[in-house]
Amino acid sequence: MKDAFGTPQSLLVLGGTSEIALATVRRFLARRTRTVWLAGRPTPALDAAAEQLREEAAARGAEVTIRTTAFDALAPETHEERLGKVFAEGDIDMVLLAFGVLGDQREDENDPMAAVRVAQTNYTGAVSSGLVCARALRTQGHGSLVVLSSVAGERARRSNFLYGSSKAGLDAFAQGLGDALHGTGVHVMVVRPGFVRTRMTAGRAPAPFATTPEAVAGAIAHGLLRRAGTVWVPAGLSAVMCVLRHLPRPVFRRLPG
Amino acid sequence: MPAQHQQSSHRRRTPPLRAARRDRLLTGWGRTAPSGAATLSRPRTVAEAVSAVRASGARGSTPRGLGRAYGDAAQNAGGTVLDTTGLDRVRAIDAERGTVVCEAGVSLHRLMEVLLPLGWFVPVTPGTRYVTVGGAIGADIHGKNHHVSGSFTRHVRSLELLTADGEVRTVVPGTDLFDATAGGMGLTGLVLSATVQLLPVETSLMCVDTDRLPDLDSLLAVLTATDHRHRYSVAWIDLLARGTAAGRSVLTRGDHAPLDALPARARRDPLAFRPSQLPPAPRALPSGLLRGSTVGAFNRFWYRKAPRRRRGELQKLSAFFHPLDGLPHWNRVYGSTGFVQWQCVLGHAHDDALRRIVRLISRRSCPSFLAVLKRFGPGDPGWLSFPTEGWTLALDIPAGLPGLAEFLDVLDGEVAAADGRLYLAKDARMRPELLPAMYPRLADFRALRAELDPRGLFTSDLARRLSL
Repeated sequence: MKDAFGTPQSLLVLGGTSEIALATVRRFLARRTRTVWLAGRPTPALDAAAEQLREEAAARGAEVTIRTTAFDALAPETHEERLGKVFAEGDIDMVLLAFGVLGDQREDENDPMAAVRVAQTNYTGAVSSGLVCARALRTQGHGSLVVLSSVAGERARRSNFLYGSSKAGLDAFAQGLGDALHGTGVHVMVVRPGFVRTRMTAGRAPAPFATTPEAVAGAIAHGLLRRAGTVWVPAGLSAVMCVLRHLPRPVFRRLPG
Repeated sequence: MPAQHQQSSHRRRTPPLRAARRDRLLTGWGRTAPSGAATLSRPRTVAEAVSAVRASGARGSTPRGLGRAYGDAAQNAGGTVLDTTGLDRVRAIDAERGTVVCEAGVSLHRLMEVLLPLGWFVPVTPGTRYVTVGGAIGADIHGKNHHVSGSFTRHVRSLELLTADGEVRTVVPGTDLFDATAGGMGLTGLVLSATVQLLPVETSLMCVDTDRLPDLDSLLAVLTATDHRHRYSVAWIDLLARGTAAGRSVLTRGDHAPLDALPARARRDPLAFRPSQLPPAPRALPSGLLRGSTVGAFNRFWYRKAPRRRRGELQKLSAFFHPLDGLPHWNRVYGSTGFVQWQCVLGHAHDDALRRIVRLISRRSCPSFLAVLKRFGPGDPGWLSFPTEGWTLALDIPAGLPGLAEFLDVLDGEVAAADGRLYLAKDARMRPELLPAMYPRLADFRALRAELDPRGLFTSDLARRLSL
């Protein structure tokens, strides 16, 4: 069960190698979390992430259970069965929907199938796994579904509208899901980070308001405490994006980046 | 404020994602960690209670009275919550011997209304009258008279318990099942009714002595030396005062006023019980009203307002015992993020730990305006019953205070190191690992539950969080 501060005791991460997700897991493992499921494609990286979490916990002398499970966002037909197994083993206090791919805008514009894969991972995969988790949480009567969206979904930009449009769909889906679950004890929280310095963005020039996985983890913890519907990281982005959203298109189009 | 919930025993196929009715979303009095019950059932008879318990699904049942436990003790996410306020009959009163037989959902407020005109008072009352008898047993509540009278279940002569097998058992003190149920947080079964021994009173007024004490040491000294002279005693403590004023407090001690202490006018109706109430606090107050500055100002005012020394003031029962009941829904002043209560007890041998804890809180400037300190007498045999001989300190803090979770863990550590314990009826956040040391009979409690209720039919969010 979560505590008065919304801190979970058990955690399921979809996209178990995501740096933001792992920073969040570490933050909660230092608090009350004792069970973590890392769901992702069965790669050595997934096992390595789990092993490292185990070692860190052992070094602190904490008794924790870190498990991995195979999960592929691009195979939505498997989600019900795969995730059902996780929920069958006990309550999950928080699901962190963290998978996503950035794609390569320039190349993907000329490779429609690659562009579709971005959309299918970020949006379609999230719709199916999100609904599966939402139903399981609903049956439990409690739990948080934390969805990693992005400021890129707030308004489509020339430079990354493929990724941005998939996140826009995800964001709208998560908001609606949150309203559908309002009053059931299940809490859906949409997290909209700006530019986060991770492997995914390595080699790109950091945008203004760049942030770190640890800062996103902190914002998630604070959002759970407030039972927030939407969290911006950093918080100031909320006002910035409010302005950008209302800029006339000819002006917006000319903005750098 | 009995919740007017509709009985929802009829099975309706609900589409999985459809929002549940709002009244199934429950929190404790602290308004943190809401969870949704699948079924909220309000049995009005024993037969209805039996069928409600039998009908509960895989996620079990938990009893809920008036929802005054601060944390998640009376919540059951995804399962059945048994609203006991429908079991509201006072079955019998023996006005000679001073016993009452009443159902579990009867509130202490109702008991006072019924019993005071007959010259009897509840043996133990906490800071609110709006708790049920079932809840009083489940949390084994204590009051300002603990040093004289112990906790509530010391005065329970017998109780009827509906256990997971659907049987109704009569449970009397001195048995394992009684000791597991006294303070057992509703996890041994549903208390249906209880026979309670009452306290005779001549009037409904209290004769109160007030002392203002400049620091913690003088408070502890006064309590140690003279607490036994009064039936009731409690100190309000200003935890925001620093330096030499740290722990300054207002000590109030009282006894039931005898008839001849009343002025002639009051003697005409000495047992009147007419508590006054303000309108309820508004629903949507912002979080953050209570912060260091506002609470600090309140505490200074409260301390200075109290007389340095006053003797024999006559107060109404409700003003002495339940001042906060005068403001219905006062818990809303903490805003949407709610608040946590933290209450510990430390043995007399650990005065130093108490001093350290008070110093830590004062240094941290926790905005707490409801901090109280009391001296407990010897504890009662309930396995998970909270009170033990020593000092108990209770405070409430807005849950949104930055860093509060970590800070309370530090305080927990001090309590655990000093062989103290935390009160489960108030807890919403403790570290489960600390529990076995705090409650040495926890293993017995778990074993009894495993035998009595192998399927874990009686459970709660609290039980899940702390693996009770």
